[in-house]
Amino acid sequence: MRVPILKHGDYLIASVQSSLNDEELLQLLDDLVVKVASVRAKGVIVDVTVLDIMDSFATRILRDMAQMIRLRGAPTVVVGVQPDVALAMVQMGLSLGDINTALDLEEGLALLNEHKDN
Amino acid sequence: MAACDRTFNVTTDKDVVRIREYSRIVAEKIGFSANERTLIATVVSEICRNIIEYAKTGQVIIQVLLQNSRIGILITAVDNGPGISNIDMAMKDGFSTGRGMGIGLPGSRRIMDDFEIESTPEYGTTVIMRKWLVQ
Repeated sequence: MRVPILKHGDYLIASVQSSLNDEELLQLLDDLVVKVASVRAKGVIVDVTVLDIMDSFATRILRDMAQMIRLRGAPTVVVGVQPDVALAMVQMGLSLGDINTALDLEEGLALLNEHKDN
Repeated sequence: MAACDRTFNVTTDKDVVRIREYSRIVAEKIGFSANERTLIATVVSEICRNIIEYAKTGQVIIQVLLQNSRIGILITAVDNGPGISNIDMAMKDGFSTGRGMGIGLPGSRRIMDDFEIESTPEYGTTVIMRKWLVQ
């Protein structure tokens, strides 16, 4: 299933609805990188609340995604990493690198607003 | 519980998702906590990815372990790929010869209670991992 991408003011919100296979994750990356320019978005939020696992592939694609979107001129915030997913990532040695993260959608929007004001 | 034992072929990323979801179900039946189930599923995901990355294809076996009134999960990964020429290096954090980040094996060893790896160059690699339920 394609991840829906909603426009919210100047921002794009990609809200993952179910666990994703690799193809769907790569599709999301493509969709976001294209859409960020077509709507001239000032920021992107990727909501991963429903993801019950983030392995090396998922973390690598999220890092690539944030970097590509940054090259297109917008910051990305990943929101909703679940506590047991965070625990497994740390134990496994997986990192989201320098991607901004926030607890939930609300905090993510606040972070993007801060970024825009600066 | 032996009815839970299953062997999976690993070839594509869809297999990775299927197998890790199955491992989570088995882990839940055994009685592992939500945290432990996610840890186990992450290990299974990484071990499947290693197979696809380095050997293209292989098998992963998920089994329930019963031993002296202990219960646990046994994950076995077998492939006939190129093998690992330097296991000590492969077990180091951050070492990778593939596209990955070299975290799969050392991370899995940290998470599981027992971790055995056997590899013969040109014949393949077998990884055996156990995690016991703390009762």
